[in-house]
Amino acid sequence: MKYKPVIGLEVHVELKTKSKMFCSCFAAYFGEKPNTNTCPVCLGLPGALPVPNQKAIEWCVMIGLSLGCKIPPFSKFDRKNYFYPDLPKGYQISQYDEPFCLNGTITLKSGKKIGIRRVHMEEDTGKLLHERINGEKVSLIDFNRSGVPLVEIVTEPDFESAKEVVEYLKKLQQIVRYLDVSDADMEKGNMRLEPNISLARSTWQIAGSKSYEPHATRHLPSYKVEVKNINSFRFVEKAIEYEIKRQEEILDSGKTPVQETRGWDEKKGQTVSQRIKEEANDYRYFPEPDIPPIRFTQDQISEIKSQIGELPDAKFERFKKEFNLSDYDGEILTREKPMAEFFEEAVKVGKKHNVNPKQIANFLINRDVDVNATLPAQLIQIILNSTQTDQIDEKELGKIIDKVLKENLKAVSDYKNGKQNAIMFLIGQVMKNFKKRLDASSIKNILISKIQ
Amino acid sequence: MKLNELTIKQAREGLKTKKFSSVELTKACLEQIKKHNKSLNAFITVTEKEALEQAKAADELISSGQDLPLLGIPIALKDLFSTKGIKTTAGSKVLENYIPTYDATVVRKLKDAGAIIIGKTNLDAWAHGSSGENSDFGPTKNPWNKEYVPGGSSSGSAVSVASDMCIASTGTDTGGSIRLPASFCNVVGLKPTYGRVSRYGIIAMASSLDSIGHFTKTVEDSRLFLSVTAGKDSMDATILEKEYNAKPLNKIKIGVDPDFLSKSLEIETHNLLAKAYNVFKNDLGIEDFIPDVSLPHQEYGIACYYIIQPAEVSSNLARYDGIRYGNDRSFFGDEAKRRIMLGTYTLSAGYYDAYYKRAMQVRTLIKQDFDTAFEKVDAIIAPVSPTPPWKIGEKVNDPLKMYLSDKFTVTANLAGIPGLSIPIGLSNGLPVGMQILGPQFSEGLLFQIGRAYEDATKEEEWRKLKPKL
Repeated sequence: MKYKPVIGLEVHVELKTKSKMFCSCFAAYFGEKPNTNTCPVCLGLPGALPVPNQKAIEWCVMIGLSLGCKIPPFSKFDRKNYFYPDLPKGYQISQYDEPFCLNGTITLKSGKKIGIRRVHMEEDTGKLLHERINGEKVSLIDFNRSGVPLVEIVTEPDFESAKEVVEYLKKLQQIVRYLDVSDADMEKGNMRLEPNISLARSTWQIAGSKSYEPHATRHLPSYKVEVKNINSFRFVEKAIEYEIKRQEEILDSGKTPVQETRGWDEKKGQTVSQRIKEEANDYRYFPEPDIPPIRFTQDQISEIKSQIGELPDAKFERFKKEFNLSDYDGEILTREKPMAEFFEEAVKVGKKHNVNPKQIANFLINRDVDVNATLPAQLIQIILNSTQTDQIDEKELGKIIDKVLKENLKAVSDYKNGKQNAIMFLIGQVMKNFKKRLDASSIKNILISKIQ
Repeated sequence: MKLNELTIKQAREGLKTKKFSSVELTKACLEQIKKHNKSLNAFITVTEKEALEQAKAADELISSGQDLPLLGIPIALKDLFSTKGIKTTAGSKVLENYIPTYDATVVRKLKDAGAIIIGKTNLDAWAHGSSGENSDFGPTKNPWNKEYVPGGSSSGSAVSVASDMCIASTGTDTGGSIRLPASFCNVVGLKPTYGRVSRYGIIAMASSLDSIGHFTKTVEDSRLFLSVTAGKDSMDATILEKEYNAKPLNKIKIGVDPDFLSKSLEIETHNLLAKAYNVFKNDLGIEDFIPDVSLPHQEYGIACYYIIQPAEVSSNLARYDGIRYGNDRSFFGDEAKRRIMLGTYTLSAGYYDAYYKRAMQVRTLIKQDFDTAFEKVDAIIAPVSPTPPWKIGEKVNDPLKMYLSDKFTVTANLAGIPGLSIPIGLSNGLPVGMQILGPQFSEGLLFQIGRAYEDATKEEEWRKLKPKL
């Protein structure tokens, strides 16, 4: 490939705290009647003041700690000033130069580390709805979402493919769900992402260097394209791949792609230009005077740390080791926390009934058990019952095996003479005669013992 | 003495002993408003009906033996304080028809303490100004001489107390907006410590500087009023509850910066201040009178203030887009537009470090000046304004000259310390005041000093004068 994609990511995660970031209004807005969860603060009425939600700050720090970030002892909120009808105060309370969390990483399966530059706290905006009422085009604003806590996670431009981006996003979603601080549902908009994509000529890589170059020493392309309106993992992959192709063609023709914001149009399957940035936006950031700076003590940080349970990566490694699971089983069982917890509980119960972890894992993975509607003890009972049913059928199975052995004497002698394939033929015959599904290895054992 | 001329203390006693009712007291104030508001333009809105209803309810409570700190006392609110169901304009045409859906915390506290809200007072639009002339509803006049400014921005609130239209009133002080009009109108004005009184519901000018205070006729009333408005509020994250240690009067050390007396003080003002200093020295028994406390960065106060304040103003006024309430941005007056432009400029990329950041550094130095001074002394006495009140129209076309009238007051806001402005006499028939500055949360000390001064000068001729309306 002539070019090397350079991709960075900004992800917004909406926290599921009970109340909003700076007022006591309910934060859950999905499906609510417009403008019913509002107050002077989130409507930006004259005189209203923000009071930060402590829980949201703790959760933001918790996300940061889970991503291996440093938590500086001093932090503050800033005002990001810009006009937009969905922004009632004319500024968004965010964090500029002193965010809650700095310098973390997420490690991909390949071992490649994606750098996380910062994790900061801010507030969501209202929602604009463009509609036609009595034939007239109107824009409506719903402020239920205004002031809902948002955590922004910004990576270094460390991704080189759409696949890496998707893997990172799935990991991030998994961590946030493990922490139980957000539903992180892309369709509902509580996880939003904006990739920025550019292509670098491959020659910038130092000749002969084998190792991965840390971002700090790389030359980044002179432009970057931001893509918005992506609301699923599938689309992020498509959008990035589309962008890479588009930019490649421009570069091939000897031009440089324009620095701009593009939107993903899922109907066309294309990115479409939205806004061309001549220079960086000037948000006129300054420290939010209504909120005193925040200082964390080591004790407070330790306290937040202690609330973080086992994270997916650690759980995966432990499951593999402790329960002797394959990578495949381990990954499926630790993908979601309720499943992992259910499995561990079932292993405990299973131990008393001689049901081993592998049996439980197989059952959970193959039978699509609803862990929210089943108790671990119930599952063990089901597993026990299913093995008992097989035992009852054993008499009949014995008869069938005897019959198969009598009718296929040639195969029996072939096996005795060392033809390993003959046993497979016999297993097939048993299975054909026996209506239900059978475990081939146990039939094999019975056959061998009877032949000898 | 007319009922409306009473102090809070006197009115409370009269109400308690049933010498008169709250309805009578309220009517006396309303009467005075009717007589003189046309010429003074102190009120934008008079809430006669509501006030009389509240007064009636207060009388019933008094009869039932109820005792609340401001029960039945008519007060006026600067029209920057959100009042549920009552128009709140901020002195600007942008909000000429805006009716808040909620009460500011201080308004709620005052109501809970039994106060009667008699109306909303005139001010420089958005509290931008030192003279009251920036109001979109016409300038307020000085009751001592109607050709002169009453000081701003809390002009109507100062005038309403000075002309006995109410017993006390609220104000806000971002760079002197309480202390200056108090000094120009011969009333007591308190700018409390930043973080002492909740700002929730009060239309913000510059959030890191805004202090919520009040005007009264005496220092004792000011103390009482603060005891109602101060304290924790779950709606304001910047409130602290602290108390500066009290001291007996003869143990108090008072300092003066000699620069204050020499630099650009108009001669009459200078003489009155010198006289006041002598009262402290000779009559109050204050042994430790330190005449050489220095505040070396005081002179950068205005420069620093006029960067930080417009920066915050430009952001705070962004919400007035006319979408949810009020008129659109074309309704802003010249001064608001000037500050929006100044602030937008100093916060812009490339200018932030040279202006805003630098001003914040100077602000720290000004704060440190006071910290150092308060290691040596308990309080500092200083002029409020370099000049007595000026004629209406005199500075209106020279914003810089207008800004400089705040040169002695802005530093207290930059440092977040309290300042009490008290009358010290008249210069050619126009009032002059002095401010007492103390460390953060030392209001108790300021009241102590202010009262001592009041007592020592109570027999002076000028104290018996009233403005001729």
